[in-house]
Amino acid sequence: SLAELRERAMAAVKQPVDLVALSLDERVFVKCRGDRELRGTLHAFDQHLNMILGDVEETIREEVDGKTTERKREKEMLFVRGDVVILISPPVATQ
Amino acid sequence: MLFFSVFKTLEGKEVVVEMKNGVELLGELHSVDQYLNVKLNNVRPVNADRFPQLASLRNCFIRGSVVRYISLSKSDVDVALLQDASRREAMKAN
Repeated sequence: SLAELRERAMAAVKQPVDLVALSLDERVFVKCRGDRELRGTLHAFDQHLNMILGDVEETIREEVDGKTTERKREKEMLFVRGDVVILISPPVATQ
Repeated sequence: MLFFSVFKTLEGKEVVVEMKNGVELLGELHSVDQYLNVKLNNVRPVNADRFPQLASLRNCFIRGSVVRYISLSKSDVDVALLQDASRREAMKAN
């Protein structure tokens, strides 16, 4: 059953990737290569850290004419390729 | 093989592939393989002003490794199924 699967997932945190499983259906913060950050609901992931996030807000930090600017974009459902991921964490407390 | 299976169910659906070089292509997902290489049909560039050379593109093959994001419609996925499948994959790896 789903509840059993969830319990077993909680008990079986052996590898770092298992920590990611604990965040399924929760909001996560993802730092990506290229000065990008994503905030979304984690719906799927694999051992490469490929992910599917829902209700995503992407923040891109760019240097334009010597000034650092932030750009934001929103996507309702996003596949993210694992090789751009730097870290995954629960949302930072201040958000 | 999780995401390979997910994308197989999305064949025929409209997606936006954003590549690591910033190019975004809107098209119909024709096919996908185990490397998550994709073929898109009826391609329309999203940022046509920045990349005018893509105007004549109709169909293309995109190497999986150059993809950064693929944008989907919420209605094209079942989030409960995805989460369940992810838990199963995580436990298989243990």
